[in-house]
Amino acid sequence: MAADITKLGVKAPWKDLTEGMVIAGAGTSRDFNTGEWSTDKPVFIEEKCKQCLLCTPVCPDSCIPVEGGKRGEFDYDHCKGCGICVKSCPFGAITMEGVE
Amino acid sequence: MSNLTEIRWHGRGGQGAKTAALLLADVAFQTGKYVQGFPEYGPERMGAPITAYNRISDVQIRVHSNIYDPQYVVVVDESLLEAVDVTSGLKKEGAILVNTSRPKEEIIPHLKGYEGKVYTIDAHKVSMATMGRYFPNTPLLAAIVKVTRIMDEETFLREMRASFSHKFASKPEVIDGNMAALEMALKEVR
Amino acid sequence: MAKRDRLSGNEAIAIALRQINPDVFPAFPITPSTEIPQYFASFVANGQVDTEFIPVESEHSSMSAAIGASAAGARSLTATSSCGLAFMWEELYIAASNRLPLALALVNRALSGPININCDHSDSMGARDAGWIQIYAENNQEAYDNMVQAYRISEHKDVRLPIMICQDGFITSHAVENMELLEDADVKKFVGEYEPEDYLLNPECPMAVGPYSITDYYMEAKRNQAEGMRHVERVVLEVAKEFAEVSGREYGLFEAYRMEDAEYAVVMIGSAAGTTKDAIDRLRDRGEKVGLLKIRLYRPFPAEAIADILKDVKAVAVMDRAEGYTNHGGPLGADVMAALYRARSQALAINYIYGLGGRDVRVEDMEGVFATLKQIAEDGDAGETYRYLGIRE
Repeated sequence: MAADITKLGVKAPWKDLTEGMVIAGAGTSRDFNTGEWSTDKPVFIEEKCKQCLLCTPVCPDSCIPVEGGKRGEFDYDHCKGCGICVKSCPFGAITMEGVE
Repeated sequence: MSNLTEIRWHGRGGQGAKTAALLLADVAFQTGKYVQGFPEYGPERMGAPITAYNRISDVQIRVHSNIYDPQYVVVVDESLLEAVDVTSGLKKEGAILVNTSRPKEEIIPHLKGYEGKVYTIDAHKVSMATMGRYFPNTPLLAAIVKVTRIMDEETFLREMRASFSHKFASKPEVIDGNMAALEMALKEVR
Repeated sequence: MAKRDRLSGNEAIAIALRQINPDVFPAFPITPSTEIPQYFASFVANGQVDTEFIPVESEHSSMSAAIGASAAGARSLTATSSCGLAFMWEELYIAASNRLPLALALVNRALSGPININCDHSDSMGARDAGWIQIYAENNQEAYDNMVQAYRISEHKDVRLPIMICQDGFITSHAVENMELLEDADVKKFVGEYEPEDYLLNPECPMAVGPYSITDYYMEAKRNQAEGMRHVERVVLEVAKEFAEVSGREYGLFEAYRMEDAEYAVVMIGSAAGTTKDAIDRLRDRGEKVGLLKIRLYRPFPAEAIADILKDVKAVAVMDRAEGYTNHGGPLGADVMAALYRARSQALAINYIYGLGGRDVRVEDMEGVFATLKQIAEDGDAGETYRYLGIRE
C-alpha cells in the first residue's frame, strides 16, 4: 500500500510520519512540493526561445514540461532553483536573478 | 539436590577431554538422567591444559558454575599430575581415575596425599589393541562409568552401541572396534 | 509431542532456526557463536531448510545483508558475539530505525581488551540503546524457547523492530543440558509465514527505504520509532501466553523466583540466575527470606513491573555482567535504581559488577551477596553502592 505523504511537512506531528520513514509507492515525489525550497526562480522568455529543447533533459527535477515538441512554462511546484537550465540555454531565453 | 554426581576432567587441548565429557553426558541422558557437560577453555591451542565438567542428577540442574569439589576426577594425560592440581577439592569419599600404563603405586605419590580411591586405566593399550589408533576417550568413558557406577555395565554398553550406530552411520566398520574398546576398558580398570 | 534431548545452547538455537526455516541467513564466524551458522550450514547442505545462506566477509556485511534481505521482504537473521556485534554498530541502528523485524542470535562474550573469548554482557549492553528488543536466557531451554518466540514479537504489526536473542557464551552456548524440543510442525505453525505490508521486491508498490531526514523531521522520526517499543511489553506477554499453550512452558517479562515474601533480592540477567536459585534454596532452608528477579526482557525495560516486585524489599543487589564506567555502576544497576526511585521505594540498593570475561560465579558467591544485603539492611546504610564481586584486592 502506498504511503500517504500528503500530511508530511515541517508541521507534521510524529504520528503522521510513516513507520521507519519508509516511502512506499511510486512517483510520490510528485506530491512533494520541493518548489518551496527555492529562493530564486528561473524565468522563461518565450520570444527568445528557439525550441531547441537543450534545457529539458538537464533539469534534475523534470520541471520543464514538453508537449507537441515544444517546451512550456516551468513547474514551479518542483523547481528548486538550481539554475542549470539558465546555463544550458544558448539563446538567453532563461534568466534568473543571481545566475548568469 | 538429590544424587548429584560431579566429575572434573583434566586433559590437554586436542586429546578429547571435552568430547569425553559430552559423551558421558550423552549416555547418562539416555538412561533418563539430567546432565550437564561443558568445557572450560583457556588459550585455544593444542596441548594446553583444559578442564571439562559433568554434572549428572535425578533432578533438573540449575547451577552454572564450574565444579570445585568433585566426587570424581579423570586425568586424561598423566603429565598433568605435575602441571595441574588435579586433586583440588576432590572429595575423599570419591575417586580419581588416571590414564597411565604405570602401576597405581607409582601414581599415588603424585596425588598430594589424596586419601580417596585411586583407579588407573591404560587407555593407550586398550585403544591400540581394539581400534589400532590412540583414541583415549572411548576407554576412559567406559572406565569412569565403571568407577562412578552411574549406570550398570549392560545398560551402558547397550546405549553406547545405539549411540555409535547413530554417530558412525556412514562408517559402520568402526563401531565394533569402539565397542571392543569399551568392553576391554571395563575389565582393565585397576 | 515434545521431544526430550540434550543439546548445547548453540545447537538448540540452530535447531530452532531449522524449524523456523528463515529466508536469508548471512553469517560471519566468531567465537563462541560460530557453531550456530556452522550447524545451520549443514542443514542447508542437507536440504533440511531452503534458506539462502550467505557466507560474507565481515559482521558489518552480515548485518548489512540481513537488513537488505529484510527490507526486500525476507525473514532474515544473523548470529554473532562480542567484537562481531561491535562491528555491526552502524547497522544495528539502521535496522531499528527502518523498523525491520530481523533477528540476531547473540552469544554474549566480553569485548576486548584485554582480548578474551568468555562470557560477559558488555557486547549486548553496549547495544542496549540501539533500538533493538533484547531478550536473555538463563539456560539452553530458554535460549531455544526465546528464539522460537522471536519473530512473533519482532514482526508484530504494532512492533516491527529487530530482536536480539541473547545467551551466555560457553556457559550455555557450549554446555550440553537437558531440553525439550517442540515438534517441527508445531514451531512452523506457531511462527507462521512472514507477510510484510511493504517490501522492496513488491513490483506492485515500489518503495524508498532509509531516506534522509533533516532536522525538521528527525526528532519526530525517533519518537515514531519509540512508539514501536511501547508495544513490546504487551506483545511479549501475548506471545508468551500462546507459547505456553504449545509448549507448557511459561514466560513473562522477567522471572520472580521466591519473591513473594522476600526481604532481600538479587536482580540479574543470564546463566548465573540458575546458580543464584540454588543459593536461594539453600538460604530459604535456613529461614532466610531471599529471592531473585531474573530479567528476560531488558530492552525495552519493564521498569514499572520490576519496581512493583522489588519496591518493598529491605535491600536489593543489582548484578551487572558489564562495566558502565560511570564510576557508580553498570547499566542494569542504573535502570533498576531509576525504576525504584520512580516507584518511591525505600529499598537499599547496591550494584555489583560480576562475572566479567567469564569469571565464574559460585553458589557461595551469591550466598555472600545475600549476606551483604542482610548486613546493610541491619546497618540501615547501603554503604558503597558500586562494588565488584569476587575481585582480588
